[in-house]
Amino acid sequence: METLDPVLLARIQFAFTVSFHIVFPAFTIGLASYLAVLEGLWLATRKEVFLTTFKFWLPIFAVAFAMGVVSGIVMSYQFGTNWGPFAEKTAPILGPLLAYEVLTAFFLEAGFLGVMLFGLNRVGPRLHFTATVLVAVGTLISAFWILSANSWMQTPSAWVLENGRYVPESWLGVIFNPSFPYRLAHMVLAAYLTTAFAVGAVGAWHLLKDRSSKPARVMFGMAVLMAIVVAPAQLLVGDMHGLNTQEHQPAKVAAMEGHFETQRGAPLILFGLPDMDAAETRYALGIPKLGSLILKHDLDGEVTGLDAFPREDWPNVPIVFWAFRIMVGIGMLMILYGLVGAWKAARKQLFDHNWYFRWAVAMGPLGFVAVLAGWFVTEVGRQPYLVYGLLRTADVASPIGAPGVAGSLLAFFVVYMTVFSAGSFYLLRLMRRAPSATGLKQIKAGPLRSAGPGSAAVPDSEAVKETG
Amino acid sequence: MMFDMPTIWALLISFALLAYVVLDGFDLGVGILFPLGRGKDERDTLMNTVAPVWDGNETWLVLGGGGLFAAFPQAYSLLLTAFYAPVIAMLLALVLRGVAFEFRFRTERWKPFWDFAFIGGSTAAAFFQGVMVGAWVQGVKVVDGAYAGGWYDWLTPFTVLTGVSLVAGYALLGACWLVIKTEGDLQERARRLQVPLGALVVALIGIVSFGTVFTSEDVRERWFSLGSWVFLWVIPLLTLAITIAFFLAVRFKKEILPFMLALALFVASFAGLTSSLYPQLIPPSISYTAAANADGSLAFMLVGALVLLPVILGYTAYAYWLFRGKVRIGDGYH
Repeated sequence: METLDPVLLARIQFAFTVSFHIVFPAFTIGLASYLAVLEGLWLATRKEVFLTTFKFWLPIFAVAFAMGVVSGIVMSYQFGTNWGPFAEKTAPILGPLLAYEVLTAFFLEAGFLGVMLFGLNRVGPRLHFTATVLVAVGTLISAFWILSANSWMQTPSAWVLENGRYVPESWLGVIFNPSFPYRLAHMVLAAYLTTAFAVGAVGAWHLLKDRSSKPARVMFGMAVLMAIVVAPAQLLVGDMHGLNTQEHQPAKVAAMEGHFETQRGAPLILFGLPDMDAAETRYALGIPKLGSLILKHDLDGEVTGLDAFPREDWPNVPIVFWAFRIMVGIGMLMILYGLVGAWKAARKQLFDHNWYFRWAVAMGPLGFVAVLAGWFVTEVGRQPYLVYGLLRTADVASPIGAPGVAGSLLAFFVVYMTVFSAGSFYLLRLMRRAPSATGLKQIKAGPLRSAGPGSAAVPDSEAVKETG
Repeated sequence: MMFDMPTIWALLISFALLAYVVLDGFDLGVGILFPLGRGKDERDTLMNTVAPVWDGNETWLVLGGGGLFAAFPQAYSLLLTAFYAPVIAMLLALVLRGVAFEFRFRTERWKPFWDFAFIGGSTAAAFFQGVMVGAWVQGVKVVDGAYAGGWYDWLTPFTVLTGVSLVAGYALLGACWLVIKTEGDLQERARRLQVPLGALVVALIGIVSFGTVFTSEDVRERWFSLGSWVFLWVIPLLTLAITIAFFLAVRFKKEILPFMLALALFVASFAGLTSSLYPQLIPPSISYTAAANADGSLAFMLVGALVLLPVILGYTAYAYWLFRGKVRIGDGYH
């Protein structure tokens, strides 16, 4: 039996920790914007229902944000612990991008999160709204920098090699590298869609119990609106992102499509079993010529297959192939959900049928699955490179032996399983609270309440406590 | 040149690390002293003294890590690899204590578990940070630009001592912070810890300084040859003055002053440690200039840092001002 490969273990550890991490930013990017919209609507209309909905989602945001923060700190150290040579070679380019993320985004989010969570009774409503907006803006700025850094690793541009390091030729060229605009748009829309379907599922769940619940109607209605508008937009952006990948990382697209052979008039393979050893996709079920049409916008366009690349440059085809199908499948389901919603809304039946609510509840977690699947497509598809075409993953790992990495991986596994299963459980329990009963006692956002044991109107915890 | 790019960034990263130690120090200290709270209400209060600011405090650690990557990539790569086990342990400890801020308010049945995670996580994070400080002072074996030491080089009696010292130091900051933020019986209990913890910390500072001096001949010579480095003796003298002022302030039951003086002890220790090893960034052989990033990258970041750091300090100060005053039972949004 082979001994464990420390580089493989380090890759598994990175994939494990980053997969846990990305779920939370995807949710908090969307939720922060959603909270800002809710609070803005409340300030504009003074309708109680918006504040109630805001108060309902605020502690959920806090729990998700805390999990995102702690799992994010881990990420900021892992380049050094496990990928030291990579860090040294790319630091002139990636270092400043990450430093700017910390300076422009993390401090902004962290600084105003406290005001957002604890300040409703200490500052006026307008200042509080400003804090909420700043937190939301912070999440988007953070996405900007980290996706710029990731995109540079996918499509490195504007670099020169100096003393074994990749040094920027032009900062604009580095930041706005070829795949960045597409990846940023794709990811931000993904975060919004994921959040919309999570919010919609929670709204639908409460509507199944009480169809008159106003906050639940707000959640559900806004979520369906997002599905109608954003899900098709995501298809468009995703297609553009795919074409961009086709131009810069054709091997990744070949793996996504299961195309081993370069051919004219290539089919669109719907399903099949990619077999890397045999270099073919077995039992391929495809639509003739559609592959060429989508990738080249021409029925007889030539589509590059994996045979155009040496084998040692192939990514793991089955993972990329299947992850891509999961992502696209979920995207299609979301579009379908939005279309049905538009049709029902036009007939003024949006809140009339339980089957439509149940369908929403079932769709609730799917956005997270799609986000993870999408990242597996793009990250596994970049292999065997860490920086595409420049640095091979196997060449830039820290010299840590297999027992060391195995030990840390095990520790991560145990702690993350404990923390994130408990966290998910608390999130679900917070989502289950009846939204109309969300601590309305003390939210008449007056200036300052008299603090002291007597006035201890603790809002949410009563409703949350061990309801089951 | 006196202020070239690497030097400016060495100062900035030092500032970020010091800001981290000073800010997250008291908030980890509150975690270490959490058993001080009797019953649910007191423990809620303890946690709420830091809950609105802990996230911002910990961001300085991200700046320390991210900044080290950006400014001194070789140090980021070599030190984190050399200190692999304590880094991972510290990160996991921070995960556990970080989520406890939210989780313990979300459950009754498991509250003791998350209390324990908060206490254990805070203590372990402090301990492993201290271990890394000690291991850094000891030095890291590098051959051909790669870490060449063993996997347990970081574990020695000296590093255990520095680990324990940092736990004690953070506990002292925590106790002083609680005197400011709480009242009544709880405040009294925190106040009673100031003298023993203060004495312990001062003793440990002495022992660790002694140990540092004896880890390398260069350090010894720097301190005792009385040459151009003689001005360094300002630091121990200042430490002595701060110590005396601290015990006086405690004796006169000042609330804010002991905290400030405890912070000053940290600043003085930090100054003593860094000036002992200057200009080494990866002791014993790699200086901060050698480990620095490309000049163009450092300059690009400097523009941002000079504009943004004052802004960050501004709104951080605003958050502290907003949540000033005593924390009482029932405060918090939970």
